[in-house]
Amino acid sequence: MAESPFKADIERVQKEYSEKMTPGAIARIPGSSVINKTGSWRVFMPEFNRDKCVRCYLCYIYCPEPAIYLDEENYPVFDYDYCKGCGICANECPVDAIVMVRETK
Amino acid sequence: MPIRTVMKANEAAAWAAKLAKPKVIAAFPITPSTLVPEKISEFVANGELEAEFIKVESEHSAISACVGASAAGVRTFTATASQGLALMHEVLFIAAGMRLPIVIAVGNRSLSAPINIWNDWQDTISERDTGWLQFYAENNQEALDLILIAFKVAENEKVLLPTMVGFDAFILTHTVEPVEIPDQELVDEFLGEYNPKYAYLDPEKPITQGTLAFPAHYMEARYTVWEANENAKKVIDEVFAEFEKKFGRKYSKIEEYRTDDAEIVFVTMGSLAGTVKEYVDYLREKGIKAGAAKLTVYRPFPAEEVRELAGKAKVIALLEKNITFSIGGALFQDFSRALINQKEKPILVDFILGLGGRDVTFKDLDEALEISRKALAGEEFEEVNWIGLRKEIL
Amino acid sequence: MAVRKSPITTREYWAPGHAACAGCGCATALKLATKAFSEAMEEKYGDPNAFAIAQATGCMEVVSAVFPYTAWKAPWVHVAFENAAAAASGVEAAWKKLGRKGKILAIGGDGGTADIGMQALSGMLERRHNVVYLMYDNEAYMNTGIQRSSSTPYGAWTTTSPPGKYSIGEDKPKKWVALIAAAHQVPYVATASIGNPFDFVKKMKKAAKVDGPAFVQVHCTCPTGWKSPLEKGVEIARLAIETGVWPLFEIENGDFFNIKIQAPGGGAKVKREGGRVVAIEFKKPIEEYLKLQGRFKHLFKQPEAIDEMREQIKAMWKVLGVDVTLPKPEE
Repeated sequence: MAESPFKADIERVQKEYSEKMTPGAIARIPGSSVINKTGSWRVFMPEFNRDKCVRCYLCYIYCPEPAIYLDEENYPVFDYDYCKGCGICANECPVDAIVMVRETK
Repeated sequence: MPIRTVMKANEAAAWAAKLAKPKVIAAFPITPSTLVPEKISEFVANGELEAEFIKVESEHSAISACVGASAAGVRTFTATASQGLALMHEVLFIAAGMRLPIVIAVGNRSLSAPINIWNDWQDTISERDTGWLQFYAENNQEALDLILIAFKVAENEKVLLPTMVGFDAFILTHTVEPVEIPDQELVDEFLGEYNPKYAYLDPEKPITQGTLAFPAHYMEARYTVWEANENAKKVIDEVFAEFEKKFGRKYSKIEEYRTDDAEIVFVTMGSLAGTVKEYVDYLREKGIKAGAAKLTVYRPFPAEEVRELAGKAKVIALLEKNITFSIGGALFQDFSRALINQKEKPILVDFILGLGGRDVTFKDLDEALEISRKALAGEEFEEVNWIGLRKEIL
Repeated sequence: MAVRKSPITTREYWAPGHAACAGCGCATALKLATKAFSEAMEEKYGDPNAFAIAQATGCMEVVSAVFPYTAWKAPWVHVAFENAAAAASGVEAAWKKLGRKGKILAIGGDGGTADIGMQALSGMLERRHNVVYLMYDNEAYMNTGIQRSSSTPYGAWTTTSPPGKYSIGEDKPKKWVALIAAAHQVPYVATASIGNPFDFVKKMKKAAKVDGPAFVQVHCTCPTGWKSPLEKGVEIARLAIETGVWPLFEIENGDFFNIKIQAPGGGAKVKREGGRVVAIEFKKPIEEYLKLQGRFKHLFKQPEAIDEMREQIKAMWKVLGVDVTLPKPEE
């Protein structure tokens, strides 16, 4: 499994996160929003069937978060830490390789 | 070698900008400041000033472009007045909140309505809560000097606040006076290059500027602007001292004149200080113990210096070209704040005069003196007085 | 099977954890816009990071830059609602003096662009700053809670254009800022949509690469403001193109006589003359687009309002030099 492209950001923000006021209230750490695990908003979650996937990249292109990244073989990987469960990926998947299922927590 | 010449305050401001070498200037024409961008255009056209001059479509965009440029980490300058400054109002808060050391030269002019292009201080005074530092020039030399000083103070790491330098519409903006243009090398030494530590919009070190702050962080952000204003008090003194050493002209937050044994001290700002000093000389000749004081620095408010001054006077007569309706002038409010908890304090009498370019004459000052003497004698007096009103047309 | 390359860079400038609503079309637009910019800067200057962003107040600003966090991985500044174009002008001027190569991306919503930011936008375009202005058009003031803007389409419900006894909802035709931008005769103006991301990316790249100002108006679904199902965001945007509601075009140097029209798809028949699109016969009725959105629900009780909408769409296409026929739904 490939790493999230935001792995370095997640590690940096865990190490350097600080509420200390900066001159001009500047946010110092790029991509530090990764500290917010917006996956908790989700009601439905995308379930991915790798066998059906034709690697058209549409889910990867559309995801607004982005909570989809690509593995070494360019199959999508769903990052449930951030996926808000909008279902655009499933709706747009041309081969039904993604289905939305009600999440059981 | 410094050049001794004659020029208008607007030209002096443009010269100051030229000497400070801002990388970006954005300005929009407005009376009485228009000559500043005109002169700067000439400097840029002749290659005497290597700056990007953005000829914006409004003052709102002028200050917005300055904020963008300053956020990208370069020295920036603009000039405006009156309605133009009022149009900038929203962005003035933002510039201070984002801690961007922009400098504005303001040709102090009244605000509409009725529309009026002449001098008072209502434009800058109305921006006194924005977080900007405010300096007021008495003459054209001061206009030039204070703009250089403004850059130095604004860019100080402990300050990082935008600064406006006011000089009176027409009385200074359009009046030719002798001015010494300091040596470029000395100015370069004095100011140095602006090296932003926090705001730079650099792809190699991407940061996010102009964030949203929830109630958990907003107050702390505002407090840092308060703190920076407090820090500015000491920094200003240091920069004044350095300026004097380099250029030989002495500045102080409050400049006193014949106050030592004064009973009544007239306090004012800007070009009116010249008239008032002459008036004090005239009173002294008549044996009246009067003195004068001028605030060069209005924000941060020099409360300590005001207290020192107050210790020397029985009555302080505030001569001010601005009004807060139902309260009085801004100096009256600020002096009250500085003195309210002092055990010994002088009586404060407020005089609103010279609005919208109305001349302030000795006759007007006589009127102020008479009321001040009543206060001195323990008689009843009005706290806020409109001086020079044409009562016959009211 | 050989692994196909991703059609778009895997570099990210828009990080997750931002607070945009689930299914936000504008978030997709910004993600793609920055990727496109990065590709363009790499191709033009050999540096994928050679850009900075100046953004107007609005949804995408408040969800992305909450102190002490930021979703941005590019240098980014926000000043106020109406002045993204002016702030971008200043950033661009500063970069010029710093000798920095690259381009500035200004971003504003439809309110911040079509309404309160119109003057600053016009100034920036007229002064020929090297800035791409991206207007993410979700067709109302969504950040303040769905009030009509001048970019709100005819018939739409918003909180300030509610349908009622004397109202059909928004009663003015949509103002097309792209046409106003093109009138400045700037090098490049385009409309785009998240319903056609490849076209959008292509246009953003083109905009980023031209010397001088460019303007791109991208149609973005707002499930919250349009009262539409979260998962249908892209589908709705695509239907806007396929039914003729949202034209995809490019205007270079203000040349209104040579507007490039992109084929809408959805079975529409495109007629060309001398390479120019002169007529389009749409096959999908606009009702297909409207029915997926709660903001147009009331119109189905007033079919004459939908017919009026068809007339307005035809008139808009006429400005683009295209005669369109819009079908009515089959009974």
